[in-house]
Amino acid sequence: MNDSQTATKFDIPLVVNGKTITVHAFPMERLLDVLRVQIGLTGTKEGCGEGECGSCSVLVDGALVNSCLIPVLQASGTHITTIEGLATDKRLHALQQAFLDFGGAQCGICTPGMILAAVHLLSKNPQPTGADIREGLSGNLCRCTGYLQIFEAVADAAVRCRQ
Amino acid sequence: MTKDRIVGKSVPRLEGRDKVTGASRYVDDMELPGMLYGATVRSRIARGKIKSITFLPTVKWDEFVVVTAKDIPGKNCIALIGDDQPCLAQELINHPEEPILLLAHPDRNLLAKAVEAVSIEYDPLPPIFTIEESEKLSEIIWGTDNNFKSYLIEKGNVENAFKNADFMVEAEYATGAQEQLYIENNGMIAVFDPQQGVTVWGSLQCPYYVHRALMELCGLPEDRVRVVQLETGGAFGGKEEYPSMLAAHATLLAVKSGKPVKIVYDRMEDMAATTKRHPSRTRHRTAVSKDGKILGGEIEFTIDGGAYKTLSPVVLSRGALHAGGPYYWPSVRIRAKAMATNAPPHGAFRGFGAPQSLFAMERHMDFIAQTLGISPIEVRRRNFLKPGQTTTTEQVINEQIGLGKLLDRALELSDYRTKKEKFAQANLSADRKNGIGIAAFLHGAGFTGSGERYLNSLVGVETCPDGTVRVLVSSTEFGQGTKTVLCQIAAEALGLRYEDVGIAQPDTQKVPNSGPTVASRTIMVVGKLVHSAALAIVQTLRSGGLLGEVYSPEEFRAACRKHVAQNGTFRSLARYQQAEDISWDEENYRGAAYAAFAWAVYVAEVTVDLTSYSVTVDDFVCLQEVGRVLHPVLAAGQIIGGVAQGIGFALYEKVIWDKGRMKNGQMTNYIMPTSADIPPIRVFFEELGNVHGAFGAKGIGELPVDGPAPAIVNAISNALGISFNSVPLLPEDIFEALSSNVSHDTLPALADSKQ
Ligand code: FES
Ligand code: FES
Repeated sequence: MNDSQTATKFDIPLVVNGKTITVHAFPMERLLDVLRVQIGLTGTKEGCGEGECGSCSVLVDGALVNSCLIPVLQASGTHITTIEGLATDKRLHALQQAFLDFGGAQCGICTPGMILAAVHLLSKNPQPTGADIREGLSGNLCRCTGYLQIFEAVADAAVRCRQ
Repeated sequence: MTKDRIVGKSVPRLEGRDKVTGASRYVDDMELPGMLYGATVRSRIARGKIKSITFLPTVKWDEFVVVTAKDIPGKNCIALIGDDQPCLAQELINHPEEPILLLAHPDRNLLAKAVEAVSIEYDPLPPIFTIEESEKLSEIIWGTDNNFKSYLIEKGNVENAFKNADFMVEAEYATGAQEQLYIENNGMIAVFDPQQGVTVWGSLQCPYYVHRALMELCGLPEDRVRVVQLETGGAFGGKEEYPSMLAAHATLLAVKSGKPVKIVYDRMEDMAATTKRHPSRTRHRTAVSKDGKILGGEIEFTIDGGAYKTLSPVVLSRGALHAGGPYYWPSVRIRAKAMATNAPPHGAFRGFGAPQSLFAMERHMDFIAQTLGISPIEVRRRNFLKPGQTTTTEQVINEQIGLGKLLDRALELSDYRTKKEKFAQANLSADRKNGIGIAAFLHGAGFTGSGERYLNSLVGVETCPDGTVRVLVSSTEFGQGTKTVLCQIAAEALGLRYEDVGIAQPDTQKVPNSGPTVASRTIMVVGKLVHSAALAIVQTLRSGGLLGEVYSPEEFRAACRKHVAQNGTFRSLARYQQAEDISWDEENYRGAAYAAFAWAVYVAEVTVDLTSYSVTVDDFVCLQEVGRVLHPVLAAGQIIGGVAQGIGFALYEKVIWDKGRMKNGQMTNYIMPTSADIPPIRVFFEELGNVHGAFGAKGIGELPVDGPAPAIVNAISNALGISFNSVPLLPEDIFEALSSNVSHDTLPALADSKQ
């Protein structure tokens, strides 16, 4: 984002994983970079930088977005959830646990985005069918797993979340 | 074996928690104070000479660090098999992504513009881009004959077989390039200190490959080069050799600037510049008797190696050794060659030549069946290798493998016969045609021939002062579960719990060279060494009177602590020793090519939509014998993931070349399977065991990429009644074949009459 160099930096308020913070950034800086570099939340990954792979997925006010496509200004004042915000007091989120149990993470690079896509899916649809899961995760690419163990993990977590 | 407590169980992935919480550190997550970011200026032409380099005044050049070939302290090459690939081009350009110049700056946002502002003029030379052009020798671009390597495998009297043939079945098959497409792009950080030398951290498979390359590049001794692997976001062979290039580049910038330098490629650069699966061409000429038995044949296997030798000789070797499939050839002649073209070098990708030659073999088996009018099942059954018979290199099959039974079980699991009949009926009218296809294949585990002996791998298990135990290997984790399974093996051997054993981060200063993490060798070869090294620890503690026959983990820890207090840290090392029954004649390519083979039969069921010409895979059965399965969840994950890549290879992943350059180097236009494209992949194991591997394991990682392409294309050919002989097979290819309405088969030559 070369043009960001010539612009001025702004104070932009964000609520990240429940904490209110203000970042000083160029308005057109990618949310991805602000999260990773300025805030130091490196759990959000970059796979393609063009909205195709979903490894940079985060939740912005509950919506699933590719943080490589969002200028930080657009996220001003929103609640953002990253992978670091899921576990509470060292207790894994049901989806994180299920990814561990069912082999949903191999190399792990797609995992943060994939888990957030699954969180988003279950928030909209707590009882997804197999087809819903397939569809709900189709914006997130994984080269390692062939997806099936991820589907199993999500189906299992859906049950655990309902209990 | 059933007494094992840990091996065979799906324990939690060792680094899994960090991966699901986002705590894992990959190369781009690591920052060092004062770090610069590097970028690469590459050639714009496929072949020629550099005439001049101009730095356009649009950029403040005094802020940049600039490195050229002249800044290389040692040898200007990326040391691998041959040392022909320059680290930076000095004068000659051999492919359109050839690195020429390196730039670094504290602000990574300024790099793209600076790269654009380097203007290079060339004297172009005529390039060549295909195997055929390379063979014609109209331009010599490498050596004296454009040939990186050739092999000849000969068994029996092929000419006699041709004379006695009832049928001669001939055809040509081709496979395209395939991008590994790990989701984490290549990246590396380098630091240079005049006293300590170079340290690099990065995303990589083979720390000691990088180590050697940097020694040559910098002219530094062993102990002044340190390579550390960080968490690696997928590799699949794509981070076997290329990280040496990236490490070299980051190092040169670090040496020149005196600052830490990070280079991380973006997706487009990674796709365009790094290695891909070798495109291939295979010609089969097979003598067959009228009852469907292979009498002999000639197989010509040729791969496009790109501009430099890199790993092509080894990929070629594996392709050639798998070219005969899991069949008995009374006589055969396999000619294999790797040719040079002006494309970026092709390299390792899961399967390593075998998916290419096995695609040809398994399509050819269907073609033989069709020619003879017998079923694809029968023609395979009649030719399967049996225990006691020999492979194309005359390796005797010692395992009690029953391929016929494996086939029967796969047919049953997939309901093959019923479906085939049903489809044949329904297809007569439908505008959606169904088909079912099989592929039977094998995959050799470990390095070829005497390769493991040359590698001479060394593995350690050490006791730490706090009484814990650590595995020391340079074998890397990049998704397969290396760390998990090696710790399972060590814990089992030590009589400890899985959580009592740790594993060191691969760091050439701290771990011995257990060889590269390639060739499905880690669990079989390295795992076996971990097992021996661990057993030796128990023995030492016992003979020192520190440990009884039966002990608890606490007693074990106490014993270790005592031993360390008395003698210092205790490292038990184990070195590879070639088993006596593995002997290989490198010169004649004869003998035991692999310590063990994994065996498999896969069945694919497809629908071809005649309005969109798209193919969906509806069901996929994978049945394999991979020795003992040490971790069921990870093993199934390897198979499913490999099959998904194989589906991509067969149906979606097409590299579009434009004068040696990848034109579709983005995830928007190079299409890999998404979650919506994956059929039910049903995974089944037979477990025979294997004397050479840890707890009876064989290699597993590469096998699943071999089968999908031929099984799927066999299924499509079955659905449409047209033979397709190349992958990737895209809707437009199917459209074209259907509209030209002519069979694409090479018609079988008429058999010479028996004399
Ligand atoms: S990095 Fe944002 S979608 Fe790939
Ligand atoms: S686990 Fe490696 S890309 Fe998904």
